[in-house]
Amino acid sequence: MNEPQPLTTATELPDGAVRLLDADGTLHQDTRFTPYLAGLDEAALQRMYRLMATERRVDSEGTSLQRQGQLALWVPAIGQEGAQAGALTALHDSDWIFPTYREHLFALGRGVTPGQLFELFRGAAHAGWTAEDHRLQPYTLVLAAQTLHATGYAWGIQRDQAGWDADRLRREGQIALACFGDGASSEGDVHESMVFAASYNLPVVFFCQNNQWAISVPASTQTRVPLAQRAAGYGFEGITVDGNDPLAMYAVTAWAAEQARTGAGPVLVEAHTFRVGAHTTADDPTKYRTREEEAAWAGVDPMARLEKYLRATGAAGTDPDEFFADVAAEGERLAAQSREAVLAMTGDAIAPLDAVFDTVYAEPHPLVAEEKAWHRAWQAGFADAAEALEAPDATDGGRRA
Amino acid sequence: MSAESTTLPGGRPAAPSAERPTQLAGGAAGVETLTIAKAINRALADELAADPKTLLMGEDIGSLGGVYRVTEGLKATYGADRVVDSPLAESGIIGTSIGLALRGYRPVAEIQFDGFVFPGFNQITTQLAKLRARTRGTATVPVTIRIPYGGGIGSIEHHSESPEALFAHTPGLRIITPSNAQDAYWMTRQGIQSQDPVIIFEPKRRYWLKGQVDLAADGHGGLGAFQAQVVRTGTDATIAAYGPLVPVALAAANAAAEDGRSIEVVDLRSLSPIDFDTLQASLEKTGRMVIAHEAPTFGGLGGEIAARLTERSFLHLEAPIIRVGGFHLPYPPSRVEEQYLPDLDRILDAVDRTFAY
Repeated sequence: MNEPQPLTTATELPDGAVRLLDADGTLHQDTRFTPYLAGLDEAALQRMYRLMATERRVDSEGTSLQRQGQLALWVPAIGQEGAQAGALTALHDSDWIFPTYREHLFALGRGVTPGQLFELFRGAAHAGWTAEDHRLQPYTLVLAAQTLHATGYAWGIQRDQAGWDADRLRREGQIALACFGDGASSEGDVHESMVFAASYNLPVVFFCQNNQWAISVPASTQTRVPLAQRAAGYGFEGITVDGNDPLAMYAVTAWAAEQARTGAGPVLVEAHTFRVGAHTTADDPTKYRTREEEAAWAGVDPMARLEKYLRATGAAGTDPDEFFADVAAEGERLAAQSREAVLAMTGDAIAPLDAVFDTVYAEPHPLVAEEKAWHRAWQAGFADAAEALEAPDATDGGRRA
Repeated sequence: MSAESTTLPGGRPAAPSAERPTQLAGGAAGVETLTIAKAINRALADELAADPKTLLMGEDIGSLGGVYRVTEGLKATYGADRVVDSPLAESGIIGTSIGLALRGYRPVAEIQFDGFVFPGFNQITTQLAKLRARTRGTATVPVTIRIPYGGGIGSIEHHSESPEALFAHTPGLRIITPSNAQDAYWMTRQGIQSQDPVIIFEPKRRYWLKGQVDLAADGHGGLGAFQAQVVRTGTDATIAAYGPLVPVALAAANAAAEDGRSIEVVDLRSLSPIDFDTLQASLEKTGRMVIAHEAPTFGGLGGEIAARLTERSFLHLEAPIIRVGGFHLPYPPSRVEEQYLPDLDRILDAVDRTFAY
C-alpha cells in the first residue's frame, strides 16, 4: 500500500493561500484582504505581539510544570500563536469561541488567567473558567463535538437577531467560531456541522488550524486536497491562510467574520501552520517527523515575523527594545503566576468530590442525593477515626495516643 | 395469548380493580380520549405555545409530521423555524441542539427510531450528559430527545430496539418512558420543562393505544415525570414494568387473578432516576417481584432494580427477584420477534417461579 504523500513540502503554502507578511517582515498588497488591515492600529498590533509572546512563555511553563509532576498533561500550542492572535484580534469581544484543547492564546486573550487555564491540566477541574465570563466555551476533548455546538449556538444567534438590518448586524451581530484541527477534520461531526451551517446559512466561522500533525499522523492522511477546498462542497467559501502570518490571519478572519456576521453564511478559514512542540507532554515527535522539517518551520516563526514587522514600521513605539523587554518581563510575570497558581491548587483549594455531586443535574436527583449522603458519611467516618486517634486518652493522663 | 390482545377496547389497560389513582371520569371538562401519539402531539403543541424558546428538530418531522405522524400539523401551526426538518444526521441533530440550549433555547429533538440513535451516541454521552458537570454546574442544557423504541411492530433491523440501559447508565441524563396516553401527554410536557437533558423513550407499538387525558392545567394530579406509579394494587406479588410492557403486565396480573393471586403492578415511568421508594414499598408489601422489559436481560435495568431492592428489602423477600427480558441477541428478524419479546406467558411463568420458594 502506498502511504499518502504530503500535499506540500514543509512550509510551502498550497496554491491560492493568503500571505500578507513574508517571513522577513515584508508586507504584500492583496486587493481583497489588505484593506482589512486598516482595522489594526499600533495598539492592536502591539497587543497581538504581546499575546503571542506571553502565551509562548506560559505555554513553556506548562511543559515544565508537567515535567515536574505538577500537571497531569500539557498540550503545547507553540508555533500556532500567529494563527490564534490574528483570528482573535479579528473577532468582536461579543463573539463566541468553541475551542479544542489547544486554544491557549484565545483563553488568555479573553481574560482567562493562567491558573484557570491550567486547572484542567492539573486535574483540578474539567474547566477552569465560566463560559459566559469570556464568551469562550470549555475546552472540548472529544474533538469535533464542539463544531456542532458552535453551529447550534450560531443557530440561536441567528434566531435572536432575526429582523436586524445589515447595519445593526455589522455593529452588534454575533458569530460563533468553531475551532478544529487537521486531525479532527476527518471526524463526522465536522462534516455534519458544515452541512447544518450551510443549510440554514448560519453565522459560524469554521477555524481550522492545520498544524500538519494529528499526533503522529500527517495531514496528508486526513486529506488529499487543502482542507479549505472542502468548503466548496458545502456551498460556502474556504480560504487557506499562512497561519504563521498574523496579519493575514487577522485580515482573512476579519473578512470571514464580517461575512458570517452580516448574514452571508458560514466560512471556512484554514490556517496553515505548524505545531512546534509535541502533541502533548506524553508525545515524542522524534518518532514520526524529521529535524529538517522542524528546522524549516523554525525559519518561518510567527513571533519573529511580527517582531520584524513591528521594528521595521515603528509600530513597537519609539523605543522598540523597551517594548520587547516589557513584553518579555510580562511573560515572566505570567509564568511565575502560573507556577504559583498551579502549586496552590491542592487540598482545600480543589473542589471536593462532595461538591461534584451538586453539579451533575440542575434539578434534584434522588440517586445522586443518596450517594452524596453516603459518601459524606463515609468521609466523616475517617474524620471521626482521626479525631479518636488525636483525642486525649483519659486513662493515661491526657497524653496523646 | 399475544401482547396486543391484552388491552381493552378503547385502549384502557384491563385492570378494573386498581386503576390509576388519578383516574378520570369520562367526559369531564378538559378530559379527552387520545392515542398516545396524539397525546404527545398535544404536549408538543402546548409546549411550543407556552415557550417561544422551545423548538422541535428532527428528520421528517415537518411537512410529513414524522414517520409516525407524532408531529403532524405542528409545522403548519408554528412554522418551519420552530418545527425544523433537519438534515439526515443524528449527531448533528443532538450536537446543534446542545448549542441551541447553551444559547438559551429549549430544543426537542426527535430520533426517528431507537436503532438510529447511535450516530448521535457520542454527542449524548460525552457532551450532553457531561456539560453541566464539566462546567461545575454553570451550564444548563435542557435538551429533550424523543425516541420511539421497542419491538412488536413487524419491522426490519434497527427499528425495534430497546437501548434505554445504555443511557440510564450515563450520569447526567434523565430517562422517562410513558405507557399510556395520560402519561404520554404529561411526561412529555414535564420532560421538556426540565432543566436537565431528558430522553423520552416512546413505546412505538402503543402509539395507537387510546386513553383518557386530563388536559387541565393541574391534570397531572401532582404526579411528576420521575416518579413510578402503582397502576394496579395487589398483595401477593409485584410486577414492575415500563413502556410497552405495562399493558402486558396488567394483563398478566388479571390472568393471575383468575388463579386466585393478587398481583400489584408498578409502572416505572422513569428509568433515570428510578423511583426505588415506590418499588420498595410494593415489594415489602408483597414479598415477591418480577421485573419485565424488552431490552436484553443481561446488563439490563432489571438487574439494577433487583440488586438495589435486595439490598434494601432482603428480609422481606419471599423469593428471588426474577427478571424477564429479551435474550442476549441482536434484535431478531421480526418474523420471530414474538418468541423474543417477553409476553404474558413468560411474565406469568416468572410469577409462578416466585411462588416456588
